[in-house]
Amino acid sequence: MQGFYTLFTKEILRFWKVSFQTVAAPVLTAVLYLMIFSHVLESHVEAYPGVRYTAFLIPGLAMMSMLQNAFANTSSSLIQSKLTGNIVYILLPPLSHFEFFMAYVLAAIGRGVFVGVGVLAVCATFAVPSFAEPAWIIIFALLGSGVLAVLGLIAGIWAEKFDQLAAFQNFVIVPLTFLSGVFYSIHSLPAFWLGVSHLNPVFYMIDGFRYGFFGVGDVSPWLSFGVVATTFVLLAAFALHLLRTGYKLRH
Amino acid sequence: MSVAIRFSDVKKRFGEVEALRGVTFEVQEGEFFALLGPNGAGKTTLISILGGLTRPDSGAVSVLGSNVQQDYLAARRKLGIVPQELTFDPFFTVRETLQFQSGYFGLRKNDAWIDELLSNLGLADKAQANMRSLSGGMKRRVMVAQALVHKPPVIVLDEPTAGVDVELRQTLWDFISRLNRDGHTIVLTTHYLEEAEALCSRIAMLKQGELVALDDKQALLKADSARALTLKLFPDVLPAALRPMLVQEQDGGYVLKLDDCNALEPILVVLREAGVAIRDIGIQKPDLEAVFLEVMGRKAQ
Repeated sequence: MQGFYTLFTKEILRFWKVSFQTVAAPVLTAVLYLMIFSHVLESHVEAYPGVRYTAFLIPGLAMMSMLQNAFANTSSSLIQSKLTGNIVYILLPPLSHFEFFMAYVLAAIGRGVFVGVGVLAVCATFAVPSFAEPAWIIIFALLGSGVLAVLGLIAGIWAEKFDQLAAFQNFVIVPLTFLSGVFYSIHSLPAFWLGVSHLNPVFYMIDGFRYGFFGVGDVSPWLSFGVVATTFVLLAAFALHLLRTGYKLRH
Repeated sequence: MSVAIRFSDVKKRFGEVEALRGVTFEVQEGEFFALLGPNGAGKTTLISILGGLTRPDSGAVSVLGSNVQQDYLAARRKLGIVPQELTFDPFFTVRETLQFQSGYFGLRKNDAWIDELLSNLGLADKAQANMRSLSGGMKRRVMVAQALVHKPPVIVLDEPTAGVDVELRQTLWDFISRLNRDGHTIVLTTHYLEEAEALCSRIAMLKQGELVALDDKQALLKADSARALTLKLFPDVLPAALRPMLVQEQDGGYVLKLDDCNALEPILVVLREAGVAIRDIGIQKPDLEAVFLEVMGRKAQ
C-alpha cells in the first residue's frame, strides 16, 4: 500500500504546488459566474419556491467546479506524464493496476473537494444556502468528483496529444457540466430538452447535491444516487480494464 | 550461480517492423553484461519488455525467477532500469523525486540511502534543487539514482553515458562497478565499445532483432580478430615477401596482419635481410570495436 500512498501524495502535491492555477482560479471563475448571473436573474427567476436564485445557484456552481477540476486533475497529469516521458517512473515500479487507479482517482477527488469547499466558502459571502441533508451533499460531492476523475483517467490514457484532450474537455465535459441544471431548474425546459437532460449523468449529480442543500430536487435523490453510483462503477470497471490491458500505456 | 535474467524466444513486431525475432539468452547473477548493437537492433525494445513497458508478442522473460508478465510485481521489485531518454518531473526537487521513487517501491524512510546515493553521484548540493534547473549531466545522474533507490539486485542501464562528459562517465562507472562488486547484476547497453570492453565480462550482440553473438568478452576478442602490426620503414618500401600480409597502407605506414605474436620474429628477419630499417613499430591488440564491426558485417551476408 506504500506505493499507492506515495503516488496519491505525489498527485496531491502536483496540484497543490500550483494551487493558484488549480484551486484559486476555479474558485474565482465560479464566483464571477455567481456575480453575473445573480445580478441578471435574481429578481426574475425563482427556481425553487422560497429559495433566492443566488442561493439556488451556489451549489450548482460548486458542483460544476468540482467536476471540471476532478476531470482536469487526472487527465492533465496523465497526458503530461505521457508526453514528457516521465510516465516510465510510474510504470516501472511494482504498482498494481488498482493502486494506480485509486491513487489518481482519490487525488482528483481531493482536488475537486478543495475547489468545492473554496467555492462554497467564498460564495457564502453572497448568500448562504441551507444545509437540509448534509449526508447527500457529501455523498454526491465524492461520487460526482469520482465519476469525473475516472473519466479524466480514461481520457488521459486515450489522448495522444494535448489537442485531443482539449477537444474531449471542451466538446464533452464542458457541455455536459454546463447543460445539467447548474444555472436553471430543468423543469423549466421544453419537453424534448427535459428528456435530453435526464440522459445526462451530471444532471443527477447536481440535482442530488442540491437536494442535500434545499431538501428539494427535480428528481428523487435515491434515483440520482443510483444513476451516479452505477455510472461510477461502470466507468471504474472500464478504466481498470484499460489499465490491465496496458492500452496505450504499455505497448 | 543462478539466472538473473532469462529471455526465451522473445518476439515483438511494431506494425511492419520486426523489432525482435526470437531472442534467447540468459544473464547470470552477479555478471557485468553488455548488450551491444547498432541503432534499431532491438536493445531498447528488449529492455522495455523486461521492465513491462512493452509486452512481447510471444516468448517469456523472467527476472530472478519471476516472469515479467505473470509475476510482474515481484519482477519489477527486483529491477532497476535507467532509461535512455532524459526525462523528469518538472514539479519536484531532486530529493522529492528520489523520495517518491522510494515510495513507489514500498520504502518509507529511505533518506539514509538517498543521501548516500546523492553524495556518491555528486548531487549532494543539488538535493533541494528543482529538476528543471539541473544540467543534462546532473539529470542523468538523478536518473541513475532513481533506478537505485530500492537497491535492486538487477540493474539495467540503457546508454547511460550518451552525451556525458569524461569526468562524469568515470564517476558513474566507478559507482556502478562498486555495485557490481557488491553483488548486483549489471546489464549495460552502450555505443561506447571501449566502455563495454573495459567493464563487462560477457557480451551479447543484437542486429535487426536477432542475437548474432553471445560469449565471454575474452573469447570474442580472441576468436574474431587477429593482431595488427603497424610498421614505418626506411627506405619506405615493403619487402615483397611481406606483401601477402599487408592489410592496408595508412599514415605513411604499413599495417600487416599478425596471426599471433610468434609471427613477429620471421617478419623482423625478412626486414633485416632486406636491409630495411624500422622507424616506428606498433602492435594493435584486438579490440571490441573491431570485433563488433566484423560480427555486424559478417551477418550482413
